[in-house]
Amino acid sequence: MILLDRVSKTYTKGGKPSLDRISLHVDPNEFVIVVGASGAGKTTLMRLLTREERQTSGKIIIGGIDFDKLKDREIPLLRRKIGVVFQDFKLLPNKTIFENVSFALEMVGMGNREIKNTVPKVLDIVNLTGKENSMPIELSGGERQRVAIARAIVRQPKILIADEPTGNLDPKHAWDVIKILEKVNRFGTTVLLTTHNQEIVNRLKRRVVTIKDGKIVSDRANSGYKI
Amino acid sequence: MMTFWRIVNTGLINFVRNLSLAIAAIAIMVVTLTIVLFSVVINYTFSHTINQITSKIDISVYLNDNVSASQSKQLVGELKHLSNVASVTYLSKAQVLKQYEQQNASNQQLIQAVNETSNPLPATIIIKPVNLNNLSQIKNFLDKPQVSALESAPTSYSGQEKQAIDSITHATNVLQRIGVIAVIVFAVVSVLIIFNTIQMAIFNRRDEIQIMRLLGAGTGYIRGPFVVESITYGVLAAIISVAVINGAFQASSSTLQASSLGLLDIGYANNFFNSHFWLLLTIELGLGIVIGAVSSSIATRRYLKFKIR
Repeated sequence: MILLDRVSKTYTKGGKPSLDRISLHVDPNEFVIVVGASGAGKTTLMRLLTREERQTSGKIIIGGIDFDKLKDREIPLLRRKIGVVFQDFKLLPNKTIFENVSFALEMVGMGNREIKNTVPKVLDIVNLTGKENSMPIELSGGERQRVAIARAIVRQPKILIADEPTGNLDPKHAWDVIKILEKVNRFGTTVLLTTHNQEIVNRLKRRVVTIKDGKIVSDRANSGYKI
Repeated sequence: MMTFWRIVNTGLINFVRNLSLAIAAIAIMVVTLTIVLFSVVINYTFSHTINQITSKIDISVYLNDNVSASQSKQLVGELKHLSNVASVTYLSKAQVLKQYEQQNASNQQLIQAVNETSNPLPATIIIKPVNLNNLSQIKNFLDKPQVSALESAPTSYSGQEKQAIDSITHATNVLQRIGVIAVIVFAVVSVLIIFNTIQMAIFNRRDEIQIMRLLGAGTGYIRGPFVVESITYGVLAAIISVAVINGAFQASSSTLQASSLGLLDIGYANNFFNSHFWLLLTIELGLGIVIGAVSSSIATRRYLKFKIR
């Protein structure tokens, strides 16, 4: 589902690489946690996968799309295949909660009736029923993060990338978010989660990939948090 | 089709939700469009005044009393064939006398003096030229010996005020040119100001564009609502600016009694505006829509580009 082969990313020519020859293979329906201290390269990795950035060297293939052959105008198609939850939510400030979620469906041309059926179901999954007409600014951090998750999963993507989705949340809300990710994973979505929350990693008991100084230092199934 | 209506709908919703920004943008568009519209109307009014002045300028040919009717008829016919002649009017001795009496109705002594002898006024041919600045063709024709032999007095170029006419035509040409240049300058400046305003409005919302990009939205689907929103600015601004001008003319024509202010004939300006109302509204709408659409398309392009490092 996700294949990285000796991928490196350097921002300044001749500078220290943010990612240094990383190789990673994620199977369909896997739940993988990427851990590492701030600046280890987690976010860089996520940004490479959504093609916000281009790898300096190495090969990336996601859902059958070879990034070397990806043209700029095909980037929207790639991003529609992947659900992304951003650490800073990235909700559209001028749209209601319903519209924020339905936007993901509208842009791929789904009909109004289907959208009206689908969005409430997804908002129910993230426990936001009743908030349809609120604006993002009226919601708490945890609620906004759940809207972001609803938007990411509403198209039922094969891959869900969540970059520190619990970074700004208190433990209770953080755990709510994680439970939603587990639920999505049970429905058949491959989940890639980055976090530096030790408790979450230890409780989840999933495959853990540890990044340090741009390199993968460990990759263990059913693991706990070790840096 | 569904996507089209979705884009229109989103654009209109965004318009309402960003009302403060919309009001600011519309206000600026109203001011600039009003200036353009006003300068167009004023320019036409000046042109009209200038045409009125120049249409009063003519050339009078005074005929000898012994010129026969057939000779004068032939002369009129030949004059009509000249390319720079707009119209030729023949006035017989009796008609000239009648006109003279009408013009001097208040001065009985003059009328009496004319009537004491048998009508001393000559039959006259009045020529209106097409182009006042080039009378040499007419002059050459009238100066031919066989033509000047028929004349009782030297040809009058509007009461021998050729020099005055020359300076008036020169001044009017300059005025007309200034008017056209002013309209063009105002139009260009307005386009730039409106463009800048819309660019600022979109700059404020560049993050939104980038988020939509990250979610995988296509270029048209992101840009569309912004274009619709900007077109709405343009349409409203055009309607308001036409209404403002309309109100201004209504107010001025009722208080100034449709009078003239020097060269500016308010009555004519008002008439011109009223008779061309729909045309002017259409032009304003067209201007607003085109500027709105083009500037928002250009302004969004910058944020729609994939900047992948």
